[in-house]
Amino acid sequence: MNEELLNILRSVVANATPLVIASLGETITERAGVVNLSLDGSIILSAMVGFVAALASNSPLVGILVAMLAGMIIALIIAVADIELKQDQIAIGFILTLLATDLATFAGQDYTRIPGPQILTTPLPVLKDVPVIGPIFFNQSILTYISYLLVFGVWFWLFRTRPGLAHRSVGERPETAFARGAKVNRLRYIYTAAGGALVGLAGAAYSLSVKPGWATPPNMQGDGWIALAIVIFGGWHPFRVVLGAYLFAGLRALSSAIQRSPDIQIPIVLLNAVPWLLMIFTLLLVSSGGIDRLVRVLPRPVQKWTRNFLRSDPPAALGTRFEPD
Amino acid sequence: MTGFREFAKWDSHRGITRGQFRTEWNGKGRQIVEARPVNGYNTGFTRAIRVDPRDRCGLMHIELRHIHKRFGPVHANNDINLTFGSGQIIGILGENGAGKSTLMKILSGFQAADSGEIWLDGSHVAYTGPEAAIQHGIGMLQQDPLDVAAFTVLENFVYGQPGRLLPDRKAAGQRLGELTRRFGFELDADAPIAQLTIGQRQQLEIVRLLALGVRTLILDEPTTGISAEQKTILFDALRTLASRDSMTVLLVSHKLEDVIALCNEVAVLRAGRVVGTRDMPATTGQLVTLMFGQEIKPQTRERADLSVAPVALELDSVTLRGKRVTVENFSLRVRAGEVIGLAGLDGSGQEMALRAAVGLEKPQNGRVLVDGEDITERGIERWLVKLQRSLRPSRSLIIPYLLVTLLRMLVAEQAGKAYRRFLQHGVAFGAAGRLEEGLVAGLTLTEHIAIATETQALVDWGRAARHTAAQMETYDVRGRPESQIETLSGGNQQRMLMALMPEQPVVMVLEQPTRGLDVDSARWIWQQLLSRQARGTAILFSSPELDELVAYSDRILVFYTGQVFEVPDARHTDADEIGHLIGGSFKEQNI
Repeated sequence: MNEELLNILRSVVANATPLVIASLGETITERAGVVNLSLDGSIILSAMVGFVAALASNSPLVGILVAMLAGMIIALIIAVADIELKQDQIAIGFILTLLATDLATFAGQDYTRIPGPQILTTPLPVLKDVPVIGPIFFNQSILTYISYLLVFGVWFWLFRTRPGLAHRSVGERPETAFARGAKVNRLRYIYTAAGGALVGLAGAAYSLSVKPGWATPPNMQGDGWIALAIVIFGGWHPFRVVLGAYLFAGLRALSSAIQRSPDIQIPIVLLNAVPWLLMIFTLLLVSSGGIDRLVRVLPRPVQKWTRNFLRSDPPAALGTRFEPD
Repeated sequence: MTGFREFAKWDSHRGITRGQFRTEWNGKGRQIVEARPVNGYNTGFTRAIRVDPRDRCGLMHIELRHIHKRFGPVHANNDINLTFGSGQIIGILGENGAGKSTLMKILSGFQAADSGEIWLDGSHVAYTGPEAAIQHGIGMLQQDPLDVAAFTVLENFVYGQPGRLLPDRKAAGQRLGELTRRFGFELDADAPIAQLTIGQRQQLEIVRLLALGVRTLILDEPTTGISAEQKTILFDALRTLASRDSMTVLLVSHKLEDVIALCNEVAVLRAGRVVGTRDMPATTGQLVTLMFGQEIKPQTRERADLSVAPVALELDSVTLRGKRVTVENFSLRVRAGEVIGLAGLDGSGQEMALRAAVGLEKPQNGRVLVDGEDITERGIERWLVKLQRSLRPSRSLIIPYLLVTLLRMLVAEQAGKAYRRFLQHGVAFGAAGRLEEGLVAGLTLTEHIAIATETQALVDWGRAARHTAAQMETYDVRGRPESQIETLSGGNQQRMLMALMPEQPVVMVLEQPTRGLDVDSARWIWQQLLSRQARGTAILFSSPELDELVAYSDRILVFYTGQVFEVPDARHTDADEIGHLIGGSFKEQNI
């Protein structure tokens, strides 16, 4: 295979890593029935504090932990506002997005454009030598490997374990969860916090690996919204969520490749808009009757499988509050 | 406790074994030191098996003492004292709002009593939730079974069972299979709950509770929304549980025929108090007298010959395509003053037919006429079709032609939502989901009246309030004008829905008009409907209650997987005949 193409694909996987982690975190949260809309702000703020902490301690690990803590705290604010103060999750999440972004810009102004510690690429022995797959997937940073594990881990947790049943039921029908002995609001706290920690990890993945350092305006601005869209695109299923993240990163790489090539003359603004437009298009396809129409033209044996794979019903109790009577 | 206690043990080889046993405390748990089976089988108990103190091999004795529960000003349970023994099917009867569901929710841990005690087998228990109640052996099947629509049958079965991190799917599947086979239930372990009927979801919930070791099963209105066949299976299962397994079955119902068919005892509640308990059998009249404090005579009505009355509503070879069934070339003429009942199991096509009659479902082809006027398509749509035809011949007009086609598609997309146009032509609709479709939860009674009657941009609240008071008086709605609609009881919601309908529509289309209502409220609703019918309004309704269909319909149409069959002599049919027809028996007879 072409060396350059391999390189591009490798960078697609690398660039998609924060998106994968953030959208998996949001999947965990939304599966428990809570919407953490603050993703964009959370990622920016945790990227900033992660970078600063790593710089101060000269240890990327400390940076990661601090970033995860930041993401967790923001998520917990949403959980408290929802469960205890009975405020609207969407409104709080939106306000927190704005707040966290501005806070990061303000508090991080002394740290812009200075070099700091980075998480380097660590090729995995043996695996890296597998043709095609090795150079693309196993010549990455440790955070990317963690994202692989997370995908399978989240899937296994949700769909194979006993607590996973409780996790999903809290987001689908809390009354049932209550009747089966689950502590609904406690579980919502736990999964909101866990999801928030992953969002923080995604922030650290930006500032310590994918887009190292800190800048104003933050260069990952907007990706949080994309992660939210990817969760919908992914039908709240980890495998499809990952697919969505790679698809979006791939589209982005494609548009920048086209920009660099001298033969094709397309306005840059339009090219930059392409991934977003395609995202809107695929969202429309996924969330309207598009799937049914698509499935109908496929051969019969794969129809059921395809429909199951593409089905995308949000958790039925998403964004609702639970109060036992 | 050194005395003998009774036990009843079930296993798959011998069925039920009854007898007495004695236990002693050995420091770790209770040991059975002696067992005397009375029906001849050796239970193996005599070998002194260690049992968990919670092991419920004994018969269960439930005692409710001085239960009180208030919701605001309403005293839902007022000093309730009841005892239930094993091996009995006990009917908890009462009209809507009598407090029977509340009492059962308290017994099953879904709600906490304000005061009062629950005693099980002679000891006082206090539990913190439904799961704790299940651990004490009491499980409740809610009217809308508490499951998760996104889960499969097996996942629902496993969820809530104790066990290790990874559920043993194979073992759970076998257990599920055993239990379902025993009762003749049909459940596919891998089917998603969303595809199940209410009856199947009930079956799943019952086997789930049994698998958790429940000894007392409470069922809240279990026969609402299930088919006649599922009802037979359910009743057989409940009889088996009571007689063979010596379980206690508590049946909460306002349907007297269910209670008469199934129960050995009844406890009747009225306005939060127990007004009587008695052994069965009892006649409907006796139970009604207990429930309402007076006897209510069944309604009969005069039925005139309507074959020459003008046609109020006509469906002309309408084809309706649903997710699971297709109704093809369905034609129906509803004459002024006629009452037509649509029968059929859930999802047999009768819902679609009703919705097509009110403009909520767009027919693939065919027409709907009200008072002889075709209102399937809007004027603009017909005009566009004409325009499209006139543009077609010319090649130079291809672009306008395409534009018109596009416009037509857009208009056609909207035409499915023709409800408003139908309403203006005098078609009134009462949906089965009162709070979902008929009324707006969160709005007050006055606001509802204002939406229906106030047409100016600025609402004259004084006039709306006077109007509301008048309508509440006329329709006997019990509540306050400023209270939100969802706080009213089902019967009062239905009365309010009637109050919101036009006074004298051409045709009233009603989905399950008495769903969830007690006998008294249902009678009242029908009185209202029939008084409008007497003044010339046609009535088209669907109902899962066969008796209701038989009692009120001039004609009955039976739907079975999209096919329609008209009962030959609907005025002289009975529930039994209709019951067989909705199961599809007409396919063998005629047609």
